[in-house]
Amino acid sequence: MTSASPVEPMERSLEAQEPPEEGTRWALLAAIFESPVTVLAVVIIAIVLFMAVAGELVAPYGANEINVMNQLQPPNLTHLFGTDELGRDVFSRVIIAARVSVQVSLVSVALALVMGVSIGLLSGYFGRWVDIVGMRSMDVIFSFPVMLLALAIVAMLGPGLVPAMIAIGVVYTPYFARITRASVLSVREETYIRAARSIGASDARILRLHVLPNVMAPIIVQTSLSLAFAILTEAALSFLGLGVQPPQPSWGRMLFDGRGFITEAWWMAVFPGLAIFLTVLALNLIGDAMRDALDPRQRSAIEARAGNL
Amino acid sequence: MSALFELVDFGVQIGTRRGTAHIVNGVDWRVQAGETLAIVGESGSGKSMSVLAATGLVPSPPARFSGQALFRERDLLTMEDRERRRVRGRHIGFVFQEPMTSLNPLLTIGRQMTEAPRQHLDMPSGEARDKAADLLNLVGIPEAAQRLDAYPHQLSGGMRQRVMIAMALMCDPEVLIADEPTTALDVTTQAQILDLVTRLQSQFGMAVVWITHDLGVVADFADQVAVMYAGRIVELAPTSALYRTPGHPYTRGLLDARPRLGETEAELATIPGVPPDPRRLPPGCSFWPRCPYREDPRCETEVPPLREVAPGHLVRSFYSITQRAPRDQEA
Repeated sequence: MTSASPVEPMERSLEAQEPPEEGTRWALLAAIFESPVTVLAVVIIAIVLFMAVAGELVAPYGANEINVMNQLQPPNLTHLFGTDELGRDVFSRVIIAARVSVQVSLVSVALALVMGVSIGLLSGYFGRWVDIVGMRSMDVIFSFPVMLLALAIVAMLGPGLVPAMIAIGVVYTPYFARITRASVLSVREETYIRAARSIGASDARILRLHVLPNVMAPIIVQTSLSLAFAILTEAALSFLGLGVQPPQPSWGRMLFDGRGFITEAWWMAVFPGLAIFLTVLALNLIGDAMRDALDPRQRSAIEARAGNL
Repeated sequence: MSALFELVDFGVQIGTRRGTAHIVNGVDWRVQAGETLAIVGESGSGKSMSVLAATGLVPSPPARFSGQALFRERDLLTMEDRERRRVRGRHIGFVFQEPMTSLNPLLTIGRQMTEAPRQHLDMPSGEARDKAADLLNLVGIPEAAQRLDAYPHQLSGGMRQRVMIAMALMCDPEVLIADEPTTALDVTTQAQILDLVTRLQSQFGMAVVWITHDLGVVADFADQVAVMYAGRIVELAPTSALYRTPGHPYTRGLLDARPRLGETEAELATIPGVPPDPRRLPPGCSFWPRCPYREDPRCETEVPPLREVAPGHLVRSFYSITQRAPRDQEA
């Protein structure tokens, strides 16, 4: 990894520097795609998205096409991932279940993003009692183990897709709130915020135009990482029977169904598990790559150690 | 005649865990259109704080203000926030110390410059852009029209300070407040910025309040100089009088501490000691513990009043030091 610092040296000459290098955005994209691993991760996510959108159109069988004669077949050419105890095609179910995972993770992370960033912005910018109320309530949410709180919320709202989305959204709100607040605390002391105030800009305007854009980098990274965690949490909820309800297929539910047949039919659990694993891994890799590209100061711990020793 | 912008018995206090800090105490000054007031003092003397607080740029709470800050006889302190923002954007322009961080790195120069006139004057964006280009040209930025689309990181420090000055002038302000605008710049650039502001001032007839810690910077162009120490004005005088006959021991110490060309003395004169803690100001003259001239017993127990020693020349002391030599420095 290059260690280019974003801080440019103090330039004191009166001469203006050369006109800008063309397309900083492209440079950023190029930096993200620098490593082949990241390219692979992007390809995986593209496939998952394609499965989510196309779903039934590309799946060779229907999600609930029951054929008891064909039950528990190991992977073969007609059933690439084998069949389950009702003779349903595991390959088709893995494809169709992608939609639920993508849907739940996108909606719940969007929810967490909007709530968390708002709370973080207000807490960090206004400080004082706003900060105390905002951050202490985030601390309360944070103090619960993720699964426990998600379970409690689903228990209150009843099992289903929408309660799962709300539960996951609430659980991940504090992450966004904290990361936003931390960035706002440093940005609000910048002179350009004072300069904006000096030309009579209102707080709302300063927040929208000057603070928010300057704290976006860590939020974008957090979004990518949270999508991964949301998929995991959704799978866990569905595994426990509290998320997506059968017969709609979901990766977590398929894992649960496969659990009873793990010795006779390993493929029932392994393939949905693999789908979860690859999707989460890919999202994490993309998140790391974006962090490196957007904010080289915040290296992952492993990289920092490797660099120092 | 009433002043364009004036502070009347202005004070700033900040409550801290270990007592109230009196950052600014009973400051009075006024500027007229076309005049330049320089406020000089060391770090922590309250020079920036007095001006920023008066214009509502210091959050309250935790700060508390007393006295008045009058712009065209209207008190900025008691005004509605909305109204104050309008005055600030429309009538008072600011230039800050750090040109490297005074511009939002994510917005183009043009976008930032046009913000104020669009907001406060409802200027159409095309017109605002033209005005921005004109002003960039005026402050000496080549290819001004193209620079509008540049991002701050593409400009040098001196250039950015010019942009800041142009930005402060976008709404044709009557008062320009310059908070150590040249401190972060090298000497050549400093001189150019000073010339620029002087030129703009005579062109637009603005009042300029120039905050600095460098007495040398203000000698050439300020009409009046206010010297601040521990939150109080210790001397306020027409510039030439201040340099010719400094009336306060602190001012004299500052003037003696300047390096002079051609002098071969190995060490600069200094003022021994440190300024007092604003949470525990001495009951008397705040300079008393460091004062080489102290004599009068009242100095230790009561704050000296501002005395007019010559027309327009105010000194905060009980007696004149102009004829005295400093006492020997005892430890």
